[in-house]
Amino acid sequence: MGRSTTAKDAEALVHSLRSAYSATPTNLKIIDFYIAFAVVTALIQVVYMAIVGSFPFNSFLSGVLSCVGTAVLAVCLRIQVNKENKEFKDLPPERAFADFVLCNLVLHLVIINFLG
Amino acid sequence: MSQSAGDLIPASGFSSLLKSLKLKTKQQELLIRVAILCLVYVLAFISRLFSVLRYESMIHEFDPYFNYRVTQFLIRNGFYEFWNWFDSESWYPLGRIIGGTLYPGLMVTAALIYWLLRFLRFFVHIREVCVLTAPFFAANTTLVAYFFGKELWDSGAGLVAAALIAICPGYISRSVAGSYDNEGVAIFALLLTFYLFVKAVNTGSLAWSLASAFGYFYMVSAWGGYVFIINLVPLYVLVLLITGRYSMKLYVAYNCMYVLGMLLAMQIRFVGFQHVQSGEHMAAMGVFFLMQVFYFLDWVKYLLNDPKKFHTFLRIGVTTAVALGSVALGVGTASGYISPWTGRFYSLLDPTYAKDHIPIIASVSEHQPTAWSSFMFDYHILLFLFPAGLYFCFKRLSDATIFIVLYGLTSMYFAGVMVRLILVATPAVCLISAIAVSATIKNLCQLVRVKSKPASVVTAKGTTNTKASSKQGSLETSFPIQRNGAAALLFGAFYLLSRYAIHCTWVTSEAYSSPSIVLAARGAHGNRVIFDDYREAYFWLQQNTPPDAKVMSWWDYGYQITAMGNRTVIVDNNTWNNTHIATVGRAMASYEDEAYDIMRSLDVDYVLVVFGGVTGYSSDDINKFLWMVRIGGGVFPVIKEPDYLVNGDYRVDKGAAPKMLNCLMYKLCYYRFGELTTEYGKPPGYDRARGVEIGNKDIKLDHLEEAFTTSNWIVRIYKVKPPNNRW
Repeated sequence: MGRSTTAKDAEALVHSLRSAYSATPTNLKIIDFYIAFAVVTALIQVVYMAIVGSFPFNSFLSGVLSCVGTAVLAVCLRIQVNKENKEFKDLPPERAFADFVLCNLVLHLVIINFLG
Repeated sequence: MSQSAGDLIPASGFSSLLKSLKLKTKQQELLIRVAILCLVYVLAFISRLFSVLRYESMIHEFDPYFNYRVTQFLIRNGFYEFWNWFDSESWYPLGRIIGGTLYPGLMVTAALIYWLLRFLRFFVHIREVCVLTAPFFAANTTLVAYFFGKELWDSGAGLVAAALIAICPGYISRSVAGSYDNEGVAIFALLLTFYLFVKAVNTGSLAWSLASAFGYFYMVSAWGGYVFIINLVPLYVLVLLITGRYSMKLYVAYNCMYVLGMLLAMQIRFVGFQHVQSGEHMAAMGVFFLMQVFYFLDWVKYLLNDPKKFHTFLRIGVTTAVALGSVALGVGTASGYISPWTGRFYSLLDPTYAKDHIPIIASVSEHQPTAWSSFMFDYHILLFLFPAGLYFCFKRLSDATIFIVLYGLTSMYFAGVMVRLILVATPAVCLISAIAVSATIKNLCQLVRVKSKPASVVTAKGTTNTKASSKQGSLETSFPIQRNGAAALLFGAFYLLSRYAIHCTWVTSEAYSSPSIVLAARGAHGNRVIFDDYREAYFWLQQNTPPDAKVMSWWDYGYQITAMGNRTVIVDNNTWNNTHIATVGRAMASYEDEAYDIMRSLDVDYVLVVFGGVTGYSSDDINKFLWMVRIGGGVFPVIKEPDYLVNGDYRVDKGAAPKMLNCLMYKLCYYRFGELTTEYGKPPGYDRARGVEIGNKDIKLDHLEEAFTTSNWIVRIYKVKPPNNRW
């Protein structure tokens, strides 16, 4: 009895999530896609590390952290660009994107140094 | 505008000067602020120059000599050689990987300043740059304190904070000219990182977070105390999350700083992978994951717009995620992959840990718990202004004031555990006290200046009086007693601050400006007598011993011997190898024959001891001897501490333990001392540091011979004789 209500709830949940998400604007969806891609890449690297071992550790860390880092920066960009966030309504989206690019530049320069 | 201002300010030379410049009020205020900041900058620099003016421009203490030697190497050989340096002149026969076991921030900073000055064609010696690095960065810290105070409260508080931190003895103690140590640069980096982070949280800008990540990188490169930042910032984020003050800006600020800061910090070889493997750094990672979960849930709640569905989501999704997370953490800690807190930081949480388990940490005098007198000595009036400032911070809570309250409380706890950490608490105490001072004086000035004139007036701290003019209607009929009382309180505040300035200058001059490599004392006629024995001994070593000679001494002097004497040492201040130090301790505490075997096994050519019996110098090796016994006994059970004590007392006179009277350290320190009369009216062999006549005056050395004793007998060097040809 409880099982079926949970299943029904889960179904209703997924349905409402899907319908609410499809209402988001396209530029935010692009950013979300980029985030999902980065996270999946990180997961693939972790699985690979689990299979072949973690030597050299700095290469593994730099790979995973570059994916995680760019995902997190993309989330920050999404927050700043989203028109429904009242806190950032004075921030022009060009400035947000410029900050995003700068931080990614620094991130990847450090990653290249750390890659070994 | 200037007409009415001229009416209110009593006619004086200063105001007529301002009037003659025909400046508007805002420009007058800016001029006063800039003038005050410039004066504070110069004051912070020159207040630290006592020892340079009294003695000469030299590096103090023990640790800074290593930093100086490393900086010289960096200047001569370039960054690549420095980063990959393996030093064979210390920790003989092990050597030390210097490139991978130091914090390069200080040396690189000094080298950059040196190269910049050279580029501008100022050909200064690197020693001058090293000596003056700390005062220069202390002056920069006052600027950062000004901006931080402005962010926290207003520009008035910023000015007061800059002035307070410029002369606060807690900071001066580790940043005088000549104290070329990591803390001089690290406190600047600490305050800069905190300021940039608070700015990032207030503005929510990625650029400020990037700046704070760079500030964190500078702090990691400069000092091991960066662990404080990487734990305080997550604690702050956690407090904000719990109290419900979180916002999108917090997410942007913390995540950018954490990811970029962590990556940058891992570029320092000494830190390595600690950010993902050490227990001390796990709080930051935990808060990072918590933030992702928190904000993701927030976003889902916003998407769903329906509380019931959101509860279902919570039930299904979050329970599995939390279970997974805790399982991972548990497995990581239990399997040993995530290392627990190291001894150095664990002893901060449990102060009794070091004394029982790690004698080397317990033996350093700066690691002892702080006495109340130290607090009063280092802070003076800031001690009671600190709680007053806390009150003001709570009255006007914002994200920034919550941060400074957290910083103040945690750093005060740690300052109570270890004397050395008073330094870390000083910026917080100065900032919070500045808030109290600025708010109080502002209120008092408003009360004093309540008049029936509607014009605005500029006070010394840059606050305007528009508030008072709006309250005019109610205060028009105020009692004159209120004005007089406020004026009296203002005078009292001025008196307190002037006493603070006098106290700070006195403390700096008397207590914190001694180079400790050059000793001073008052002679019989009150004239100042200088003992330059340390440098005398090191230069003797440099000029009279073969270049590959190995010198055995207690680890305190290792850095100085390598830097000034240019000879190989067995152990030095880095104390990375406890067994090696215990071997030296065992040699010093054994009878001469056993000690000779140990010295032959280490290829020792010379032994150096420090002795204060003739001058009354109390930081000599005989007073440190019990620590040698404890550290040696911690590794070699053959050395037992009770053998050297008599009924629990440590004595060197006739009633001392027989093992004490015949051990190597005793013999080396008191060789030929029995014939010397040190004080009028006392028998020969009277030890002025212990205040007793020594027990064993007839000392014969079989395996060593005296090589050199300095003019005041402070440093004594002995040569190890090769084994006999025939028996």
